[in-house]
Amino acid sequence: MASPTTTGPYDSSTPDHLYTPYRRLREGLRAYRMIAAMWIRSTMAYRLSFAMTTFGNFAGTVLDFVAIMLMFSQVDRLGGYTLPEVAFLYGLTSTAFGLVDLAVGSMERLGRRVRDGTLDTLLVRPVPVLAQVAADRFALRRLGRVTQGLLVLGYAVAVLDIAWTPLKVLMVPVMLLSGGLIFGAVFVAGGAFQFVAQDASEVQNAFTYGGTTLTQYPPTVFAKELVRGVTFVLPLAFVNWLPALYVLERPYPLDLPGWTAFASPLVAAGCCALAGLAWRAGLRTYRSTGS
Amino acid sequence: MGTGRLYAAVAAGGFRRYATYRAATAAGVFTNTVFGLILAYTYIALWNEKPQLGGYDQAQALTYVWIGQALLIVMSVMGGGFEDELIERIRTGDIAVDLYRPVDLQLWWLSGDLGRAAFQLLGRGVAPLAFGALVFELALPGDPFTWLLFLVAVLLGLVVGFAIRFLVALCAFWLLDGMGAAQLAGLCGIFFSGMLLPLNVFPGALGEVARALPWSSLLQRPADVLLGQADPLGTFAFQGAWAAALLAAGRLLQAAATRRVVVQGG
Repeated sequence: MASPTTTGPYDSSTPDHLYTPYRRLREGLRAYRMIAAMWIRSTMAYRLSFAMTTFGNFAGTVLDFVAIMLMFSQVDRLGGYTLPEVAFLYGLTSTAFGLVDLAVGSMERLGRRVRDGTLDTLLVRPVPVLAQVAADRFALRRLGRVTQGLLVLGYAVAVLDIAWTPLKVLMVPVMLLSGGLIFGAVFVAGGAFQFVAQDASEVQNAFTYGGTTLTQYPPTVFAKELVRGVTFVLPLAFVNWLPALYVLERPYPLDLPGWTAFASPLVAAGCCALAGLAWRAGLRTYRSTGS
Repeated sequence: MGTGRLYAAVAAGGFRRYATYRAATAAGVFTNTVFGLILAYTYIALWNEKPQLGGYDQAQALTYVWIGQALLIVMSVMGGGFEDELIERIRTGDIAVDLYRPVDLQLWWLSGDLGRAAFQLLGRGVAPLAFGALVFELALPGDPFTWLLFLVAVLLGLVVGFAIRFLVALCAFWLLDGMGAAQLAGLCGIFFSGMLLPLNVFPGALGEVARALPWSSLLQRPADVLLGQADPLGTFAFQGAWAAALLAAGRLLQAAATRRVVVQGG
């Protein structure tokens, strides 16, 4: 029985035509916040374990960068780029990826829920499934990666001799945001793929973790076909390469025109729209396990 | 059933268990191949800048990349082999059942893990290496004897890797939640096996320390045997010594754990 003060999405006092996409988004975010808060409370019951796993998350990504520093202990340039320049690329993609991994990284567990049928529980709740899946087992320890990314980015900005203009300064948050959205779209599309693939969830890692590893290095390192692929097919080049090369005043790969450096937010919006469609299509194919 | 046949059956079980998940195996091969591609291009850039870095030419460096991707899962460099299960059994108290069985705990898990590794060598190792050999110019030996020596080094590396993870898993007797220890061991494995960068590229003392640690048995040393960069007998002696020492340490720790620790679960 719904009381007049109920604010749930299926509040009987709301006529269907008032149930707008905007409201649906707001309800989804509210549910996401509540589920995430629940998991944070549950994590904090084991504080030492939380501290250790967060440190582990941090240390794991630090080693990643230590490997790059070891490379630069042997050479001065990699693909024509210096260590601070590579650190700039690294810090941007790591932070953007870390934020999204924190927000929706649990999507990679979806395949398991499809396999054992526990997704059913999420379907009967009056909350968008995407919000539930993304917040499932929300892992605050993933702040470790974000912290490490920000530290490397801070180091790069401090050491690099960039002629900062207001536009260049603005590019940094724009990159983090649109880069995060592009990775987020990859996570959601990967989740949609898991409805079909189930056991093959590891394929997703090639595009998420693989994507952030790829964009840690300058595009000059990679073969033209690969750069073309991550520009036009899976547009990871817009996460950090093109906008960062504008900031660093470096030539763009594939002789791309100058305006492409500013196209990241648009590309991110496009990716999110496509991922949303893929998610809906994936969710529709779901058939519960019959046992 | 004879003791040898018992452990062979456990190993066969480990093999079959992992062989069941074909889609997961294919997905893993795909992911290893993508990472191999990314790493290969960074190594090309590195060796273009400094040819003969670490005593490798470019073809050898690329071979190293693809051997690394082939062995990453086989060696459980990042963890994720049997130890998660053993930790869970210690946490829940099921380990008490295992200790009652008339089999040796360490040999039981070693057999299962070798069975798993045998499947993953075939299922997840061969394909990325073959892809690498098709796309890049690799320095793979044509001599079957060198491949045989490589396989011996892989087997010894597996035993070293198992012995380390067995020790880590036993820590759960004292820590109760062994995941922190497993994570730390995984980080050491990634870094000191040479998975991030060949250990002979590590500068100065760091390189010397890294090459002396047991984790070098997992990737650096088998790779050097295949690339003809290391004396096979010296490599086997190094790996064998670490394997014996770590397995013995595992037995001591197991004895201490079963004497002192009260099993959980009431």
